[in-house]
Amino acid sequence: MIGAAGAILRKDLRIELRAKESVPAMTLFTLTVYVLFHFGLDRDSLDGELAAGVLWVTLLLAAVIGVSRLFAAEREQGGIDALLLAPVDRTSLFLAKAAALYLFLAAVEVVAVPAFALLLLGPGLSGTMPELLLILALGNLGIAAVGALVAALAAETRARELIAPLLLLPLLVPVLIACAQATEPFLRQDQGPEDLARWLGLLTLYDVVFVLLSVAVFDYLLED
Amino acid sequence: MDPAIELDGLERRYGERVALSGVTVSLPEGATLAVLGANGAGKTTLLRVLAALLRPHEGTARVLGAELPGERWKVPGKVGYLGHEPLLYRQLTGRENLHYQARLHGVDGSRVSEVLDAVGMKRRADEPLQDLSRGMVQRLAAARAVLHDPPLLLLDEPRANLDPAASELLESLIGRSSGRTRVLVTHDVEGALAESDLALGLKAGRQMFLGKVEPAAVRELYR
Repeated sequence: MIGAAGAILRKDLRIELRAKESVPAMTLFTLTVYVLFHFGLDRDSLDGELAAGVLWVTLLLAAVIGVSRLFAAEREQGGIDALLLAPVDRTSLFLAKAAALYLFLAAVEVVAVPAFALLLLGPGLSGTMPELLLILALGNLGIAAVGALVAALAAETRARELIAPLLLLPLLVPVLIACAQATEPFLRQDQGPEDLARWLGLLTLYDVVFVLLSVAVFDYLLED
Repeated sequence: MDPAIELDGLERRYGERVALSGVTVSLPEGATLAVLGANGAGKTTLLRVLAALLRPHEGTARVLGAELPGERWKVPGKVGYLGHEPLLYRQLTGRENLHYQARLHGVDGSRVSEVLDAVGMKRRADEPLQDLSRGMVQRLAAARAVLHDPPLLLLDEPRANLDPAASELLESLIGRSSGRTRVLVTHDVEGALAESDLALGLKAGRQMFLGKVEPAAVRELYR
């Protein structure tokens, strides 16, 4: 299963490197939204809850773009049929798609987080990087697990562009709450970890539940 | 010896619409079944049921000893499917596509060069599919279908977009001389009858005939 998942992931990354569809679109979207907030809020800088909310809502909306495109190559070029004709566990497709989405999100954040700090953030991020990276890593895992599941569900429907965000965003509300709450203390002038363990615990629990749930149900999503 | 394919009263629906009904076939190993019929007769649906990509809704279906749908996990890896779509990624090269398929099928990478050579695509194997002609992509799709050396080939218009030379080149891989059990869907009635042991006629999903027939009998399917 891991070997097949690795092959699918390598194929997805190669296609993304050639086609340059998801990551550039997600990154451009994120940067555009931060610029819009910069001018729309008419403030030189944000901090605390507002900053955390802007950071995470924008990242979640960017994830919607990635989720909508996650199965595009399979859908348009018969990749799912090819996979079903091969003697591989279907869970490998879930693992590969979740890993691809995770890497896409991480690539977006490499640009988006510094851009957010530059355009909108009052206090700097330099002293908070280890904690912020941990929050981003756990947040990405939850988004990737749910995103791969929703993408597979939406892929076989006609209104997939509508269904993906309508299913994805409500399911990601706990991720948004936990990530924003965990990040908020680090985006204040008087920075410091506040209830960090509690929110990271909630994120970890969410990640474990949704990874297990997705692995359990993914096989049935590919049934005709 | 058990037949490679055994269907009895096979039915498949899409919602309320019946796509296949009462299809009964027994195909021995190594034989070729030609499936004939007008557009929308259910030919592609039949191939997809045999490939375990679609579930049968009524009747019994046994493919290479696997009862469908209960044992359909036994079918993947044993079938070579060449349909309307090449099932290859246009952003990747032919070689990359085949290496990807080889990994999914647990086939050694050296087999990729072998099949590329067999379909005459070794020279253009490192170009993305989007830069190749449809005939070349069809050759690569044939290479994909036989990469894992399957005992059963399900072929839907396999010679579409191929020039005569390419068609001849693929004969040993997907033609009668391949020695594999084959189910062949095509609109080339005379060609299909010449290279098949049995012909199945479908009209609006219903079986009209099964056996050795004359081309004149097939014309009724298209009226």
